[in-house]
Amino acid sequence: MRNPVKALVEKFGLPRVIIVSFFLFLVVAAGGFKMNLMQLLSDCLRRWGMFGILALAMVPAVQCGIGLNFGISMGIVGGLLGGLVVIQLQIAQNPSLVSVSPLFAMWVAILLAILIGVVLASGIGYLYGLLLNRVKGSEMTVTTYVGFSIIAFMNMFWMLLPFTDGELIWPNAGKGLRNTISLASSFSNVMNNTLAFKLGNVTIPTGLLLFFFLMCFLVWLFMRSKTGIAMSAAGANPMFARAAGINVNKMRLIGTTLSTVLAAVGILVYAQGFGFMQLYNGPMMMGFTSVAAVLIGGASPKRARIPHVLIGTFLFQGILALGLPVANQFIPESNLSEVARLIISNGIIIYALSQVKGGSGRE
Amino acid sequence: MNKKATDFLIHNMVVILFLILCVAATYFSKQPLTFVVSELFTRIARNSFIVLSLIIPVIAGMGLNFGIVIGAMAAQLAIFLTTYWGFTGISGFLFTAVLATPFAAFFGFLVGKLFNYMKGNEMIGGLVLGYFADGIYQLVFLFIFGGVIKMNNSTLMIPTGVGVKNTIDLKDTVKYALDTVPMLTIVEVGFYLALLGLAGTVIFKLAKKQPVDWKSVIGKAAIAVAAYALTFVGPVERFLSADRLLLLSAVELGCLVVALWQVFGFIKWKFQGRKGADEFALNSFNRNKAIANVLLAAVVYGLTYVPSLYKVLIVVKLPVMTYLCIGALCCFNNILMKTRLGQNMRTVGQSRTVANAAGIDVDKTRIIAMIFSTVLASWGQLIFLQNVGTISTYGAHTQVGQFAIAALLVGGASVQRATNKQALLGIVLFHTLFIVSPLAGKELFGDPVIGEYFRVFVSYGVIALALAMHAWKKPAKPKGHVAPPQEKNVKAA
Amino acid sequence: MEKTKESYVLKMDDIAKEYYGNRVLKGVNLHIRPGEIHALMGENGAGKSTLMNILFGMPVIHNTGGFEGTVEVDGKPVQIDSPLKAMELGIGMVHQEFMLIPGFTVTENIKVGREISTPNLASRLFGRSMESLDFKAMRRDAKKALKTIGLNIEEYIRVAGLPVGYMQFIEIARELDKTGIRLLVLDEPTAVLTESEADRLLEAMRVISGQGIAIIFITHRLDEVMAVADSMTILRDGEFVARKDIKDTNVVEIAELMIGRKVEKLIDDDVADTRTIRDDVIAVSLRGYRVDMPGENVRGIDLDIRKGEILGIGGLAGQGKLGIPNGIMGLYKATGKVSINGDTLNLDKLGDALDHKVAFVSEDRRGVGLLLDESIEQNIIFSAMQTNGKFLKKVAWMNLYDGAAAKSHAEEMVKTLDIRCTGIRQPAGALSGGNQQKVCLARALTLEPDILFVSEPTRGIDIGAKKLVLEYLAKLNRELGMTVVIVSSELMELRSVSDRIAIISDGKLACILRPDDSDADFGLAMSGAWKGGEKDA
Repeated sequence: MRNPVKALVEKFGLPRVIIVSFFLFLVVAAGGFKMNLMQLLSDCLRRWGMFGILALAMVPAVQCGIGLNFGISMGIVGGLLGGLVVIQLQIAQNPSLVSVSPLFAMWVAILLAILIGVVLASGIGYLYGLLLNRVKGSEMTVTTYVGFSIIAFMNMFWMLLPFTDGELIWPNAGKGLRNTISLASSFSNVMNNTLAFKLGNVTIPTGLLLFFFLMCFLVWLFMRSKTGIAMSAAGANPMFARAAGINVNKMRLIGTTLSTVLAAVGILVYAQGFGFMQLYNGPMMMGFTSVAAVLIGGASPKRARIPHVLIGTFLFQGILALGLPVANQFIPESNLSEVARLIISNGIIIYALSQVKGGSGRE
Repeated sequence: MNKKATDFLIHNMVVILFLILCVAATYFSKQPLTFVVSELFTRIARNSFIVLSLIIPVIAGMGLNFGIVIGAMAAQLAIFLTTYWGFTGISGFLFTAVLATPFAAFFGFLVGKLFNYMKGNEMIGGLVLGYFADGIYQLVFLFIFGGVIKMNNSTLMIPTGVGVKNTIDLKDTVKYALDTVPMLTIVEVGFYLALLGLAGTVIFKLAKKQPVDWKSVIGKAAIAVAAYALTFVGPVERFLSADRLLLLSAVELGCLVVALWQVFGFIKWKFQGRKGADEFALNSFNRNKAIANVLLAAVVYGLTYVPSLYKVLIVVKLPVMTYLCIGALCCFNNILMKTRLGQNMRTVGQSRTVANAAGIDVDKTRIIAMIFSTVLASWGQLIFLQNVGTISTYGAHTQVGQFAIAALLVGGASVQRATNKQALLGIVLFHTLFIVSPLAGKELFGDPVIGEYFRVFVSYGVIALALAMHAWKKPAKPKGHVAPPQEKNVKAA
Repeated sequence: MEKTKESYVLKMDDIAKEYYGNRVLKGVNLHIRPGEIHALMGENGAGKSTLMNILFGMPVIHNTGGFEGTVEVDGKPVQIDSPLKAMELGIGMVHQEFMLIPGFTVTENIKVGREISTPNLASRLFGRSMESLDFKAMRRDAKKALKTIGLNIEEYIRVAGLPVGYMQFIEIARELDKTGIRLLVLDEPTAVLTESEADRLLEAMRVISGQGIAIIFITHRLDEVMAVADSMTILRDGEFVARKDIKDTNVVEIAELMIGRKVEKLIDDDVADTRTIRDDVIAVSLRGYRVDMPGENVRGIDLDIRKGEILGIGGLAGQGKLGIPNGIMGLYKATGKVSINGDTLNLDKLGDALDHKVAFVSEDRRGVGLLLDESIEQNIIFSAMQTNGKFLKKVAWMNLYDGAAAKSHAEEMVKTLDIRCTGIRQPAGALSGGNQQKVCLARALTLEPDILFVSEPTRGIDIGAKKLVLEYLAKLNRELGMTVVIVSSELMELRSVSDRIAIISDGKLACILRPDDSDADFGLAMSGAWKGGEKDA
């Protein structure tokens, strides 16, 4: 009796069916245009690893009950600062480290950057969590604008920070840090290149993917720990958690901090793969991209799991990776794929929001 | 007394903070007042309308309408089409407004529909919806125009023929179309409209066989005719034939009107006072208030003789029609709230449950509020564009919601409460800051960019603050439940 | 006021209603004469709300298959299929929760949705919704309605600043202002009022009925019924018990009629009772115990629960019985002194009761009791894992979930309690009410408690499951010596399983009764006739 298409739509939600079909369409179209599919697949894998951890940052946020964390820019800022410090100190050029191996020096650089970023982000995340505990029920609206505000605030900050390295500041007497900072001399592509190998024509960025999976594994492990399970319960049903003697606010703090920390790690992994760090308004919409990714993977504002991150990031970044060359076949030199990104990422968020019977619901 | 003062400070914290900020920034920018004030009045004319369009959804309980971006897009769609078809001048502008209305109304309807699915999340929903709509907008302007719909116009389209250029110049079409309507025309049109309205009412009443109060009809008509006749008097005609009004004249006129209004109120009270006070009369004459108002007007008039102020007042010229539109919208917002529909909106805004129980169609009322807001926002964007004179096709709308909402909040409005006064005060403060902060940044830090970043931060920060305060103030509801009326539960389970 | 017996403003006959095969009304009659105050009485679950929902044509009735029986208003048969229709017929309702807007003036609240307006130019073009409001006329009407009920406040002030007691009056004024009102339903109007406010309300009711408007007065308070009502209808378990004129009856008779039913044996006696319960070995002692739980406030209780007994806590909804366990568990703010086996409990420390081996099965299964999206396994082991650190294994420095141990325990519980499910991975939300209750019980038992609080254990579950749950509780008590406290609205089940029954009324302990005390005693205790006095058990 039941129409199989209808059943599919009901199970996965209309937008997801559309997105998967769109992805398949792009694959077919790319094949049809005789493009180098292997090359494109490499691109997909690279982007998957790059963006994955930013999307992963949604998992603890959603599970602890604050919902989709549009404000991961709080953590991103911490990560960027970590990166800046490492470049300023020229860790990657440190002779004693380079003498071991240049790659080793770069690894030390990025790990140190991550460490600084994590420390800063946990501080920021804690304060951020305190704020979110006071605005229960409106977290998403507040996080979005707090996220925007911190970016705008840092814009002023970037102008005034006392960094002196030539890579960081404008060359000609300009004031403040550069808009885009090249990582060529620090940790550009360090993860992508580690243990990378070619499988046929597909480049596998082994180091990057391993790091991404390691992060996923750590989060998965945490979600299976006593605290992690308590946190999920606090997010799913605060009264239930209270009845079991769990301090809900504390769990939310942990989740928010963890999410912020992951964002700091995520931005550095993204930056090394991209080869540049973008300051100023660069990370403004990162939150939206990450939110869209987990939602595409099947998460909801109340529930997000590791598989949602893996599937969602791959699909979303896959569409972007395939979309650009395919769109160029249709209309050369257009930004059709940028338009598609806007529509897809925001469309899926709207869909998710309209599914939550928010507040007092529909009377 | 002391407590009152602290209460006042706390309630108006945001306004006071920004007042201080504005004064300080103006001082540090070292700009002459003539520059700041004339720039400010230009910006008030441009931006007020769209900020005022935010008020209705706030009252209907839908919070700050980030969806006005979509109204702005409707306006740009309309203005692109009329430019493409070659309409110019005030008639072109009016046609554009007429064209934008159905677009905006339809979009508003859709937005309202969607918002009914995300009650409580309207603000984040509206924001994301703005980005989503931007994607669709780009799709239309970059690929549909020229790509699907053939358009041949080398000044508007990208040389390849597909997609609209980055900027559209309105210099030869509708630039200043509204700003430059002469006052004489306004009075004339107003006169005919008044007559038309009177005639319409009379005909309607006659058709429905209702009694007509001929005395008042004739009286009103006589006033209209007299006012119109006045324009034929030489000096008045010369004064009115200009399209801009000197700020000095505006202040003088304002003082005169205030004084006359009080006198009129006094006379009316004298005449009606005899008939015995009505227990339920709303606006009885207040002698002290009247005297205070007249005194205030006198003081303001006196201030115009202060040389430094005088210098400013004779520099600034106001576009009359634009300011009249803004005034009309203020009146509209007020009058709407005194109608059945407005009262329904207020009820829905205060409590959807009560509204529902009172037989009000909550969803429909919310949709109507969105339609109003979106249409008004589209007109507001038209006013903005005709004053600026160029459209940045892919950028003009993006920050509209952001800045309008920030301005409203700076004026002391909140997510649940917004008034005309707050909107206007907010525009003054926010745009003063906008004008002077880059200059102040340059003077203080040696770099105007810092000032620019500062004002962007202010616009985001004030919204974040307002949203956080809104969520904060809500009483900490126990997240659980109130013991439900049992009978229902047991049996329905 | 006396009219012929045949003249009724409302006549509902042989009303029957089923919810999903569950008969909640079984041929009920309700006859109201013009201008009389008619009390509608019955325990929770007697069917009063359902009857009123039918009277108002609430969607919940029509969405679940309508009802049987006839409704006549003023002698004419009517079909009330929507609240609007009820309003048109002149039936008004004052809700238990206030339907007032604090930011509006009294006038605006009274006139909400029914504003008086005058046409203008815009309304002629765009329709009635653009008509301007006539505040003067509205204020005049509001003033009149307020005067009718003798409330002397200015009609132009905001509701926000008014005392709670006034809200009820404004609601009534709003109903009175509706044109053609002839029947007014007051649903427990005195529940939130102070004594003097309640007296004023009763006075206002007399005034209203004196103007020919009939009142259906839903209440549990017998003294109020005796004071103000002309006649009454008593329902019990969805059945019509009696319609009486107040002058022909008395308090004791009413109490008996409300409670009256035989105590059915819900549990078998095959478990040997070898307990020795001593009055000086106290498991839980409450002194000056107060709980701030909205709708279920506890206002100062002294109570001793003996070790090894089954104590029933009964009382009507909203009287505070549910607040007792919720406060002990730290779910709501509680004050006073609570000792568990002699140890004083720190009421501000979340989870302190759990640490004292007290477990709780909440009355709100879906809201508090379960993680609906999680598996049965997760639900069963959760509390024990968090409180006692069970089902965890140490890997390096981490405490990780021990899936194998959890699985075997969950499976064992499913078998013991006969939880019908497709497997322990099934989400708890997909189970039936009875099985969900068993999952909650399983979680509490996994904690291996000394003292078990069970709140509304049989709410919304079928009779078979009900019996099983109660039997299991008795077995726990008999075999493991667990102290069991059952909080329930169902007097019958309390009487069938408890050793003693504490009745809570108005947030205070009314008395402690034996299961075989008379129906009248229970009725009087629950209706607040005895306040604070303790009958020896």
